[in-house]
Amino acid sequence: MGALRQALIEEMDRDPAVVLLGQDIEVFGGAYRVTEGLAARYGSRRVRDTPISEAAMIGAAVGAAMTGLRPVVEIQFNDFIACGMDQLCNQAAKIRFMMGGQVAVPMVLRAPCGATGRAAQHSQSLEAWFMHTPGLKVLMPSSPYDAKGLLKSAIRDDNPVVVLEHKMLYGGASPGGKAKTAVDSLGAAYRPAPDEDYLVPLGRAEIKRPGRDLTVVATGLMVHKALAAAAELEKEGISLEVLDPRTLAPLDREAILDSVARTGRAVIASEDVITCGFGSEVAALLADRGLFHLLAPVRRVCVPDTPIPFAPALEQEVIPQVQDILRAVREVLEASA
Amino acid sequence: MESLKALDKGLVERMHEGMLRIRLFEETQSRLFKAGEQEGFTHLYLGEEAIAVGACLALNPDDFITSTHRGHGHMIAKGGDFKKMFAELYGRTPGACLGRSGSLHIADRGIGMLGANGLVGDGNPIAVGAGYSIRLRGTKQVVASFFGDGASNQGTFHESLNMAASFDLPVVFVLENNGMSCGTITASVCKVLQNLGDRAVAYGIPGENIDGMDVVEVYRTVGKAVERARAGKGPTLVNCQTFRHHGHFEGDIDVRTPQQIKEAQSHDAVADFEKRMLRDGLATEKSIRERRERIQALVDEAVDFARGAPKAPAADAMKFVYAE
Ligand SMILES: Cc1ncc(C[n+]2csc(CCOP(=O)(O)OP(=O)(O)O)c2C)c(N)n1
Repeated sequence: MGALRQALIEEMDRDPAVVLLGQDIEVFGGAYRVTEGLAARYGSRRVRDTPISEAAMIGAAVGAAMTGLRPVVEIQFNDFIACGMDQLCNQAAKIRFMMGGQVAVPMVLRAPCGATGRAAQHSQSLEAWFMHTPGLKVLMPSSPYDAKGLLKSAIRDDNPVVVLEHKMLYGGASPGGKAKTAVDSLGAAYRPAPDEDYLVPLGRAEIKRPGRDLTVVATGLMVHKALAAAAELEKEGISLEVLDPRTLAPLDREAILDSVARTGRAVIASEDVITCGFGSEVAALLADRGLFHLLAPVRRVCVPDTPIPFAPALEQEVIPQVQDILRAVREVLEASA
Repeated sequence: MESLKALDKGLVERMHEGMLRIRLFEETQSRLFKAGEQEGFTHLYLGEEAIAVGACLALNPDDFITSTHRGHGHMIAKGGDFKKMFAELYGRTPGACLGRSGSLHIADRGIGMLGANGLVGDGNPIAVGAGYSIRLRGTKQVVASFFGDGASNQGTFHESLNMAASFDLPVVFVLENNGMSCGTITASVCKVLQNLGDRAVAYGIPGENIDGMDVVEVYRTVGKAVERARAGKGPTLVNCQTFRHHGHFEGDIDVRTPQQIKEAQSHDAVADFEKRMLRDGLATEKSIRERRERIQALVDEAVDFARGAPKAPAADAMKFVYAE
């Protein structure tokens, strides 16, 4: 969360048109503390608490973006974007298109995603909803380095950008909650964000670990689970490539095809539900344009078609784990023998 | 009705001119649409002209408006160009939105018209955002947000009024209360419809209930609200009682009885205003006829322009999905 805060600070220093809107961001510092201290630094005009009105918050960001500001809206959980979905999908995403390019809508919507024991209405990963709406860009960083560089690019981008931040990757607890964080167990791929001003370009995937035998296309927290699986399999002489798209829309299709052309096999690991999910899109891409690279069927490791249950054992059951990736990889390798 | 003599003569003429521009544009559009010359949907503003004209005369050219599915009148009143508008309605390249929006999303950023809108109630939050942007950029602009009685039951209405009120934003919410929501008489789904301006009390802002058929009353009331907004004192809700002359959209089934439709059409803001102008010596039969003829010629010229303009090419279908 320090990296995200640093990105906001650098961009707010750089451009007075950047303003923050959200619930509990001003006095309280944000549900995940990302905006802590920013109201003191920039004043309550640029860092503004809003009523609990997701439709008006997102709609107001559209109006502000059309008329000269670059608003960054924080929604407390990505699940709540549902309340403002109309504003996001019918207004933000389409206005430039409908108006024949007369306006741009440079706004950012940041929201936490992913399961951390908060049950069905605070645990979803809704990236596919947004990927399904042309006009939106969708980002999902997996490290502080990417989070800072991507958020800075998002703020400078002239399109509405949805940034989904996995709760386990914030590196801290939300107040009152138990310290649900994966960060302590992550290795070098949880790359820190340097203080300097740098951008991570939108629409560009990154290979987090090169490998020979199989590509795991993984997003957000699943990048780290895929890396853990890769470390495990290395002991058996199996070499996984882990590809992190970072931007889910527009998707870096060429990078995925390139990787699978080299490895011949693919597993897709994401935390959204399986039907019409992120994995469906990548699998369809491989069927469309990568079929002759493939030595075995593609497997998706994601959430089955269910809401996320509360009890830890139940949540664990439906959220994909390292074991699930290992199993899928082994199945694919066997199928291609 | 009150005498017009106390008003500036130029203002009276602009009121008449503005209402006639909408009336003649829309009557012509009705004929063209019924003749099958255009695709899509067209919701006409006929009957409600006094609201858009009175309100927009109280605005500056660089002020903003947000509009509705019934947006032609708002755009014309804000200074919309007939040629760009008809070209848009015909889906032609010189259209205000290059033929990409048609009637439902017609917009012109250059005149501060932030868009007609296919979603009932969605203009309000956008107006709040434009107001927020005005506040932060430190300009003295104002936003007028037009919407219907049907829209006043959307959550966006409540969210927007509360947010604009608590942030003291320079937004005037102009409610066009024609008592109809598509094929539903709004009173059957809304307990208190008559004085919707009273809802302002709930948000701690001024609310007005006025005769939306009287362009002078609209101009004065909205003008006061605009002044208040420009002075940084926050938003106002203005409920304007009005009448929709045509069906919900052209070609739609009208759920009103023929009697009810006739009654609605008997309230005519343009005819009433002309009578007042004649009575008060601010116009003659001849001057009114000449003004009508001049505007109709502009309308006809714009229609010819649109008919002859190049169709939006298929190759451009996916342009502007993303900004570069
Ligand atoms: C969100 C949404 N729901 C429903 C519709 C369908 N619809 C279009 S116009 C309309 C009635 C709107 O009534 P009102 O706001 O009073 O405006 P009027 O048509 O009377 O000008 C409806 C229900 C829509 N366009 N958007």
